Parts: sequence; C-alpha cells; structure tokens
Amino acid sequence: MTLVNVSYDPTRELYQHLASAFAKSLKADNVTLRTSNSGSGSQARAVIDGQQADVVTLALAADIDAIARTAKLLPADWQKRLPQNSSPYTSTIVFLVRKGNPKGLRDWNDLVKPGVGVITPNPKTSGGARWAYLAAWSYAGKQLGANDGKTRDFVGRLYKNVPVLDSGARGSTVTFTKRAIGDVLLSWENEAHLALKEAPGQFEIVYPSRSILAEPPVALLDRNVDRRGTRAVAEAFLKFLYTPEAQEIQARDFFRPRDPKVLAKYSKQFPRIELTTVDSEFGGWEKAQATHFADKGVFDRIFGK
Amino acid sequence: MPRKFQNPTEDSLTLKLTLGSIAIAFVGLFLVLPLIVVFHEAFKGGLAHAWTTITDPDTLAAIKLSLIAAVIAVPLNTVFGVAAAWCIAKFDFWGKTFLVTLIDLPFSVSPVVVGLVYVLVFGMQGWLGLTLAGYDIQILFALPGIVLATIFVTFPFVARELIPLMVDQGRDEEEAAVSLGASGFQTFLRVTLPNIKWGLLYGILLCNARALGEFGAVSVLSGHIRGETNTMPLHVQLLYDNYDYTGAFVVAAILTLLGLLTLAIKSFLEWRYADELAASHRH
Amino acid sequence: MSAPGISLAAGRARSVLPGFRLSLGFTLVYLASLVLIPLVALLLRPFELPLPELWDAITAPRVLSALRLSFGMALAAALIDAVFGLIIAWVLVRYRFPGKALLDAVIDLPFALPTAVAGIALSTLYAPNGWLGSALMEYGIRVAYTPWGVLVAMVFIALPFTVRTIQPVLAELGRDSEEAAATLGATRLQIIGRVVLPALLPAILTGVALAFARAAGEYGSIIFIAGNLPNISEIAPLLIVINLEQYDYAGAAAVGVVMLGASFIMLLALNALQSWAAKRR
Repeated sequence: MTLVNVSYDPTRELYQHLASAFAKSLKADNVTLRTSNSGSGSQARAVIDGQQADVVTLALAADIDAIARTAKLLPADWQKRLPQNSSPYTSTIVFLVRKGNPKGLRDWNDLVKPGVGVITPNPKTSGGARWAYLAAWSYAGKQLGANDGKTRDFVGRLYKNVPVLDSGARGSTVTFTKRAIGDVLLSWENEAHLALKEAPGQFEIVYPSRSILAEPPVALLDRNVDRRGTRAVAEAFLKFLYTPEAQEIQARDFFRPRDPKVLAKYSKQFPRIELTTVDSEFGGWEKAQATHFADKGVFDRIFGK
Repeated sequence: MPRKFQNPTEDSLTLKLTLGSIAIAFVGLFLVLPLIVVFHEAFKGGLAHAWTTITDPDTLAAIKLSLIAAVIAVPLNTVFGVAAAWCIAKFDFWGKTFLVTLIDLPFSVSPVVVGLVYVLVFGMQGWLGLTLAGYDIQILFALPGIVLATIFVTFPFVARELIPLMVDQGRDEEEAAVSLGASGFQTFLRVTLPNIKWGLLYGILLCNARALGEFGAVSVLSGHIRGETNTMPLHVQLLYDNYDYTGAFVVAAILTLLGLLTLAIKSFLEWRYADELAASHRH
Repeated sequence: MSAPGISLAAGRARSVLPGFRLSLGFTLVYLASLVLIPLVALLLRPFELPLPELWDAITAPRVLSALRLSFGMALAAALIDAVFGLIIAWVLVRYRFPGKALLDAVIDLPFALPTAVAGIALSTLYAPNGWLGSALMEYGIRVAYTPWGVLVAMVFIALPFTVRTIQPVLAELGRDSEEAAATLGATRLQIIGRVVLPALLPAILTGVALAFARAAGEYGSIIFIAGNLPNISEIAPLLIVINLEQYDYAGAAAVGVVMLGASFIMLLALNALQSWAAKRR
C-alpha cells in the first residue's frame, strides 16, 4: 500500500527519515510513504486540483484551510482533530549568515539597512516566507509602537533589500548557499541547521530578538483516504508523528518537538527566544492571509510601488 | 603593379577570419559552455556517485516514466503528422492555410499555458474533473496528464517536417500508382513512404527529444511524487533542490546525452541522405 | 523544425487519390480534442470575472511589467540571435573550414537540451561564483538573478530558430546575382546591402518571429537564472504559475490568454510574411 504525503519544501529529509521509522513501527513491509515536496501554496493548489494525497503536511494552516474551503476534502474544523493544533512539531524563523557574520547582522533592524542583501522566498507561494514576513512585521510593530504605516514602511524596506525571490524555501536556500547571493537568509530553523550540516564552517545561525512560533500542521484528507481505502494507515501515520520515537526523529532533523521530554533532551539546539503567534497578534491565519497575502493585500501594495 | 584578382563574391581573408571567429565564439560561449558545465558538474562527485544516482530507484522510475510518456506521445503524433501531411499535401480544400496555422499553434504556446489549459479542463475546479473523478479516472497528477502535456508540446513536430516535403513531391507518383490499380494503403506504403522516410525519421527524432525534455507543462500538472510522477527533467529539479547538485547534473547529463545522440543521428542522416532531405531542409 | 506558414502548392483539379476524408477527419478530430477544445477552456475561463476585474487582472502593474519583460526581452533576444544567426549561417554556408560539420550540429543543441538542464547549467555558469559569473563580476556586471539572466537564457534557447531559417535560404540563393552586381561595378558592401540582405530579409524576419515566439513563452530555463522578483525579473509564464498557486484560476487564465493571443497573432503575421515573400520571388 502506498501512502501519499503532500508536503512543503524543507521537510524533504524529515519525511524520508520518518517514512522508514513508520514502516518499521507498523511491522509491515507493504506500506510505503511517498512524499512530494514543493512550496506550501503550490502543493495546496495541486491537492485542490485533484492530486491524490492521503495526508497533507504543509507549512501553515491557511493552506489546509484553502483545501477544506475549495475542494471540501476535509471538514472545516480539521485543526481540532489532532493534538496541539494538529502540529506535531513547531519551528521558527532564524537568520542564516555567512561565516563570521561580516555585516554584523544581529536583529531585524539590521536587515533594512542599505546594502544588505536579504534572501527570502515569495510569500505568495512559500509558507516559510509568510512566517518570515509576519515575524518581521511583529518585530517592527513592537519597535515602532503599533503604527501600521511605519510598520509597513519597515517591512517594505526589508523587501527592497531582497535581490532574488524564489518560489519555495529550498530554492532560497540554494540561492544563498550555493549561488553565494545575499548576506542573510530568512530561513526555517530546521532548514538553517541543515545548511550548516551540508556546508560545515561556511555559515552561522543568528537568532533575532523576536521571531514567530510557526506551527506547520498535518491533516488527513477524508474524501481521498475513503476512496483509496487508506484511512487506517493514514490515521496511524499521523498518530505516529506524535510518538516519542517520531518526536526524536523530528528533533534530530531540527524541528522543535512538542513532547516536553524530547524537547528538554534537545534543548541545547533550540535556544529560547521571544516568539509571537499568529493567533495572538494577527487574529489567526484566515485573517492574516486576507490582510497581508491575498490579492491586493499589504504585500502586493509593498511590491506594487 | 596589377592587383591580385579576387573573386568578387569571395570574402577577404580578414573578413572570413573575423566572421568565423565571431560565429565560433558566440556558439562556444552560448551553446557549448553550458554543455561542458553539465558534464563537469556531473563528474565532480566521481563515477561512483554518478552510478549511485543513476541506479537509485527514484532515478530509474523517472527515466521509465519519461520513456513511457514518450513512447505513447511520439507514435500518436507521428500518425497524426502523416495523416495531416497527407490531406494537406495531396488535396486542395477550403481553409487549408488556416489548418496549417492551427497545427503550428502548439509550438508557440508557452509550456506553462499548456499545463494551465489541462488544469482548467481536467482539474477538480475545471470542466471535467468532478465528472471523471466520479468514474475514478485520474488524469492530472498521473500518467495521462503527463502524456497529454507531452503530446501537446510535441504536437507539430512530425507534421511540420512532412508537410513541406510532401507538398514538394507533388502527387504525380501516387496518382500513377492509383491509376495502375494500387489501393490507397499500398500506394502510401510503396510510393509515399519511401519518399518521405528520412524526413519522417527526422521529425520523429526531434519529437522524441522534445518529449523527453519537456519541463514547464509537465511541472504544472505532475504530482512531483518521487518514484511515481516525477519525469527526468523534474527529477533534475528535485535533486537540485535536495542539495544533491551533483546528482542533479548526473541526471541532466543523461538527458543531455540523449539529446546529443539525437543530434548525432540527425547529422548522420543529413550527411548520408542529403539529397532526399534537401526538400525538407528548410527547418 | 521547419518554418510555419508552409507555402502550399497551387490548386489543381480534384485529386484521384484516396484517403482524403480519413486523413482530414483524423487530423481534425485529433487537433480539436487535444489542442483546440482545451484552448477554448482557457479562452472562456477569464470571463468568469466581471469585465472591470478582468481588465484589472491584465493591467495590474505587476502583470504589465511581467508581460513587458517577457515580450521585450524576447524581442531583444530574437534580434541578437538574428545578427549572430546571420553571421553563423553565412559562415556555415559560404566558408569551408575544418570542424564545420561539428559547428553545424552544435547549433541544434538548444532543441535537444531540456530546458531545465539549460536552466541549471546557465545559472551555474553565470552565478557570481560560476565560471563566467565570477569573471563578469570583476567588471561589475551581474547576469544571473537580474533581467539580463532572462536575456541570456532566451538567446540560448532561440538561436537555432534564426540560424536554421536563414541557412537554407542562403544556400539556395547562390552567387549569380552577386556576381552580376559585381560585374556592374558594385562594391562588396553594396552587394551585401543591396543584393544579399534584401533576398534574405523574409527568412530573417521569419527567424526573428519564431525566435520571439519561442523565447516569450520560455519558462523552464529562465526560472533558474532570473531572480524572479516582481516588477523586475518576473516573467509572464511564472506569473501564470504564481496566480495558479494562489488559486486565482481566472487571473492565471487571463495572463495565459494574453500570451496565447500574442503567439497567435505572431503566427498569422508569419503566414502573411510567407505569402508576401512568395509573391516577391
């Protein structure tokens, strides 16, 4: 039996590791997990257009909301079906800079200075880019005293420093690490650690004073699993993600596990910084999506100028 | 001193050298250098790494999928090309020029638009998606979608190779065969086919090269599931994004070799059968 | 690939050959089901939007700048390829030198090379740490991840179209008229300007049109080497993909229709060009 998992960009390695552990835990050789990776928005679009996925593991709730709303493959309250807002792991947005941090980039306000090259993907298509955008917005809002005009100006200046806008997180990582473009990559925490591992000694991670708690959710697509007869395995897989064994694998791949024991064990690699949330500051993903990233939203106006 | 005679249509040596150098430099810079990069990067990791990449089940699945798509798309377009060339070259009818324009159309449509078009027809939000899903027929994100996109982008290749060739040859030979009592099929097999075989082969080769290499259209409507709906060009992108640059270039090098093989056969045909190909040589 | 707008033999009395209905019927059914009906789906989709919104979808600054970039760079690439294509065709037809067959074969490389391969090869080459990119960096020239990257990719993929349309016409041209002009006392420059170029003009224009059409629609190789920045280095086909990924089917289709319209007009112009050239002969 093949289980199809449609996922976002930086989970390529994670789900490969989880797939073999899951197969072992089932004690069944006939179950294979196949994962497709791309920008979170493009993956949601593919599922809406009929990509036969059993589970989706995307970067943010808004993309799964879109699947529920448009294609009605799962109920609107899908996020309540699994613990912790259906996010078995969390992550955040950090800065990846070149060795020795030659431009001395410590916090978000360093990124809007002239002459700093910031690499981040397109918030329209990438989930990580939307988290990064909101993290920057939250920092600016706090520094500049909740003044929307000034905040927008700050974020606008940040995006003026972006020389390449890739469609997914991985594309941006390649641009920054392999093509040597830019001074700082706004990166998923796990993606930044992976880059360190891939090219030892070339990069450093900088934690800004404030970032955002990213909760990448997972969900079962009811209509698809019932038609394909994969419901039992798919449910087992999603439950498996919350087991201590899977949480360990997630921690080793630099995703922040929900399990407090596992998190404590790996606490060294996950520094505690101030993290805002979408729900507390932006009124949930639905509202954040409509205000900032929808057609003619704030992001369009920033780039429309 | 009498000036040395120079053929007025012969360029001076300086001009020859200048133009020749420009041509070679331009081709070298824009066409050959990228080719060298592909092989240079592919063998950076050594032969062993190249071999692991090639024998990886996902790579093999991608190669298989690309070949299956080409094996379905190319013969269909070949039959179409022969049929279209036959009616256009051997008969006169109203709207013929317009028909030729329509046959040419897929060639200038952006591959992305091709992908979009099929999403609009077969997607769940499109015309037929829900109906087909009712019958459990999966077009997009599966082999049929990839084949459809491949057919669309390679649509005119055979037809456009054959039409000028068959127009040029006229219909006298076929008419003679028919008046001597040959059936239509016999006429085609014994008279037409020998005349067009090299042009036909040439068209099939180009069609096949394009079919194996299509990226944009397939990218829009493939599910990008490795081992299942990943074609070779998509696998290049996948490996590239998976930090396996060398692996990406290894698969790219396989595709390039297939392309070079096509070119080699094509050049050989041109050299060996120059006269027969001359008519279709306006390519 | 042969040039479109094939000149068709003048009509004659009804053919005695069989298979007309079968072949035409198959051609039409195949063409309609695989190409025309899907294209109609594309043409109708944008009209789900109210007209003012549709107008906005096409005239938004970001859409306009993407179209300008795709079409503008495609035109520039086609013209560059016309100049160098003419030189290459001239060298291939008129000169004899060792390695000529190889040069001739290499021209078709962009036909045979998948666009994704071209994309990663070109971006590796022109990135600031690449072979050419690092050399150009010393002169302060950046190619990869700028609009110039778009141009480089387009020049690459469109070159065979100009060479391969000019080359056979030049070969057929022969040298008689040049010799005649020379005996009448024309200088070499005059001969090229007044005799050779006018005779080649239809082929050059056809080549430019084909190269333009191919370059304007190109996606695979460009997304790897352009920076994909809205309003700066974002091409129209990428905008279609982005619209699609935002579930904006009508918006994606609207940009698609504009591109389709442009290529159709291009083809019609080509056909007109061909019949004009045929009359001139």
